[in-house]
Amino acid sequence: MDQPVLLDCKGLWKIYGANAGTFLQSRDSSPDTSALERANLTGAVRDANLQILKGEIFVIMGLSGSGKSTLVRCLSRLIEATAGSIHFEGQDLLAMSERELIDVRRKKMGMVFQQFALLPHLTVLQNVAFPLDVQGVHRSEREARAHEMIELVGLNGRETAYPRELSGGQQQRVGIARSLVGDPHLWFLDEPFSALDPLIRREMQNEFLRLQNKLHKTILFITHDFEEAIRLADRIAVMKDGEIVQIATPEQLVSNPATDYVEEFTRHIPRTKVIQLETIMKAGCPAGAYAGDLSYSMKVADVVSEVGKTSRAFRVLDDDGVPVGTINREKVVSVMLGQELVE
Amino acid sequence: MNFHLRDSLRNPRSFWLLLFASTWLLSSYSFPLYKALDARWIIKFPSAWQWQLDERISTFMAWLVEDAGFGLFTFRQLTRFLSALIEAPYNTMRAFLADGFHSGLGQQAVEIFPSMSWIAVTFLLVLLAVKAGGWRLAALVGGCFLYLVVFGQWQSAMVTLASIAIAVPFGVLSGLMLGILAYRSERFERLLRPLLDLMQTVPIFAYLVPILFLFGFGPVSALVATIIYAMPPMVRVVLVALQSVPEPLHEAGRMAGCTSRQMMWKVLLPSALPTLMVGVNQVIMLSLNMVIIASIIGAGGLGYDVLAALRRLDIGGGIEAGLAIVVIAIALDRLSQAFSLNVHSQARGSSVTQMTPLMYAVIALALTIFLALIGKVFPAIQSYPEAMVLTTGSFWDQAIKWININFFEVFEAIKTALLTYLLLPIKRFFVGIPWAWGIIALGLIGWRVGGWRLGFLCATLAGFVAANGLWRDAMITVYLCGVSVLIAAAIGMPLGVWAGQSERADRVLSTLVDTLQTLPSFVYLIPVVMLFRVGEFSAMVAIVLYAMAPALRYAAHGIREISPQVIEAGKVSGCTRWQLLWRIKLPLAVPSLLLGLNQTIMLALSMLVITALVGTRDLGQEVYIALTKANTGQGIVAGLAVAFIAIIADRILSALAKSSRARLGLAI
Repeated sequence: MDQPVLLDCKGLWKIYGANAGTFLQSRDSSPDTSALERANLTGAVRDANLQILKGEIFVIMGLSGSGKSTLVRCLSRLIEATAGSIHFEGQDLLAMSERELIDVRRKKMGMVFQQFALLPHLTVLQNVAFPLDVQGVHRSEREARAHEMIELVGLNGRETAYPRELSGGQQQRVGIARSLVGDPHLWFLDEPFSALDPLIRREMQNEFLRLQNKLHKTILFITHDFEEAIRLADRIAVMKDGEIVQIATPEQLVSNPATDYVEEFTRHIPRTKVIQLETIMKAGCPAGAYAGDLSYSMKVADVVSEVGKTSRAFRVLDDDGVPVGTINREKVVSVMLGQELVE
Repeated sequence: MNFHLRDSLRNPRSFWLLLFASTWLLSSYSFPLYKALDARWIIKFPSAWQWQLDERISTFMAWLVEDAGFGLFTFRQLTRFLSALIEAPYNTMRAFLADGFHSGLGQQAVEIFPSMSWIAVTFLLVLLAVKAGGWRLAALVGGCFLYLVVFGQWQSAMVTLASIAIAVPFGVLSGLMLGILAYRSERFERLLRPLLDLMQTVPIFAYLVPILFLFGFGPVSALVATIIYAMPPMVRVVLVALQSVPEPLHEAGRMAGCTSRQMMWKVLLPSALPTLMVGVNQVIMLSLNMVIIASIIGAGGLGYDVLAALRRLDIGGGIEAGLAIVVIAIALDRLSQAFSLNVHSQARGSSVTQMTPLMYAVIALALTIFLALIGKVFPAIQSYPEAMVLTTGSFWDQAIKWININFFEVFEAIKTALLTYLLLPIKRFFVGIPWAWGIIALGLIGWRVGGWRLGFLCATLAGFVAANGLWRDAMITVYLCGVSVLIAAAIGMPLGVWAGQSERADRVLSTLVDTLQTLPSFVYLIPVVMLFRVGEFSAMVAIVLYAMAPALRYAAHGIREISPQVIEAGKVSGCTRWQLLWRIKLPLAVPSLLLGLNQTIMLALSMLVITALVGTRDLGQEVYIALTKANTGQGIVAGLAVAFIAIIADRILSALAKSSRARLGLAI
């Protein structure tokens, strides 16, 4: 974890009810659920601490009512937190004036919504160009930029269509294009694929990964779908009842769940889809003949067919292409069998 | 040239620009044009072409009343029968509440049994309020009726209450029956719908005339008019309520083996009851509104007091009687609303709320007789002592006098400025439009917004107005209505947008609007005339006050129903507050704004006719004159002309709202 921190959130609270702020200040320790209930308050987000590193996909996973949508809205200041601090690129986000906040949103943030939230009275092109339009960017310039984005999400030719004429998947592509048009540093995606059919969802997830490979954004992704989280995330924060129960990489989460609640989710995730070669390889790479090279960040499931074809070992390379270990068929099979035994 | 013209008609902006420019030109130069061409037909519909429809209707009505028969009985006997059917319960109710039961006539009358004492009436209504809505409502209702007693309005108020007590059951029952029939038979519904439209858009005064002709001057005419006026919303509510009963309930009823009658009375109507109660509330409010207007054709009571005070320019008396109406309206409105809210929820625990209707009737009867007997000994229990009556009449007189002395010049300046720079130019514009071009222009507008069918309808209806020689009156109506709607919208819409965004503003404004809506339209005239005297300006102010509510409500609703995610999308796109309002909220609220405008126009037109009492020169005045002369034909034709204006406005705006909803991809 040597990347710089882009968004740093400490001790964040969002409490609904009368006099929530004074209630929180009047206490030294953080109140638990029963204390909140006695005061007739609801703790939507409770003492959230998280750091989002530059370039990573950070997923917040939780079921409905867990507070994940509230948390992301606090982080983008769409709603005001009750207490805590948020630093974005070193600046105190909560201390910003309305004007400064608008500037940050225009230049540094983008957001995709579950229900797409396209403006029905604007065309695809106008929707995508909208964030630039409100900044006062000249028409030819903003439209050129919007065209680029539309091309990026694969919607060329639909520029003059209205949102109602598009399918759900296409509408979300517009939403994605709109959120990217200002070239944001931090990209919020609030359950972007939850409203889509399963097949389209899969397709959009792939599309999302493809885009991220190209753009290398810092991403805060919200979902209630654990498999989606596993598939997309560099790190996952699991939320329950307004609290973050665990923050970890998918692999750590599956192999080492912090609570029963988290384990419940991981139970049905095949280990091979999560465990990376780095974890199971034999460290050190003696010279010799190998069947081929594999990247150390690949998942076991991705290499099964290739490794399974031959009895010879494969080299495992790190990001810089330096060999760091080896892996063979026996190891992969044992992981798969171990998986069966665990279940 | 032809090609260019057609092209520019397709482009919306140039279409409207072209239409307005040509209308303006023709309007400004119609008089010189007529002089130059010596063609008087340009500014005045040739009298040789006029239909004389009003005379024909008058003749027909005369024949109907004098000679028409159905074999067994004559038409006159029929109206007498209907009249008796209504009169008998009304007289009983009135005797109960206001006059007491007498034997003998005139001076020789002997009181057999006194009317209900003020204590009994108030107590019973409070009891009802406790049952419906708890002690707070009871306090409100009790306070309202005590006000009537203490301020000496009791006698008139009870006469008014008696008409309400008769008109509302009649209206509700006939509305229910018609609604059920329309629900059962689609053909009947298709037949009924335009009739209902017409009944609600024809100004009230217009059907006072034929009713007056058929039933004569007196309370019966007033009641008939009230029932006709108050019933249409009930029919609509019944229809909507029945149609929105969920499909699974139908299926459950059918599987339980209901006959179609059982289905209606045991499944559909009970489950639609909360909505039906909304209709009952509507009938009560409209009846109250109408009872006052009906005092012109012989309803006594508070309405008559207001009318008389208005004619005498007796400010204090008018305000007192007007306030008494308001007080009754508020009490009955809240009471019926409480009943409609309660209808499907568990009754609360106290013994009062578990009272059955039978127990209630027994209590009522016992109390009435008991108090009547005591009243023989202590007259104060029978009727509130004169000596303790408070009057505020002179206070109001003084207050208005003070305002007029101190602020006369301010009011005068406002009035003159608005008249000179707004009202008169717009009036000149509308009155100047030659009738022929007006018909064409309306046809074009209708075609543009809703296709050639709508264009044809608009042109035909406008043609009817012109053909009956009412073009000029109609244009004055359009101008007065237009200016009022413009101002009402200019005030109401921004307030509504504000209320849609701020909860606090919403609370304050919706309370205000709710109260304004409870006031019978008549009441608005009183303060306005006092401050601005009679004339078009006063009419305009009254219309603005009366018609502003829907502009505000619909705007607030339109803003509030925008999906929160879309607003958030605007925020993260970096919109300032101002951009959020102008670029996102307002465009998305356009359909609602249009519907609000539509409702504002409808209310403005209905108020416009009432303002004939304060001296306007439009179609409303035409109707009012017809009423005073009992000229049936004139009244009906002028009334239809007002209705047609309303229909044209309604269809055009509905078409606009529909296309804008479609453009936004919203469900139609």
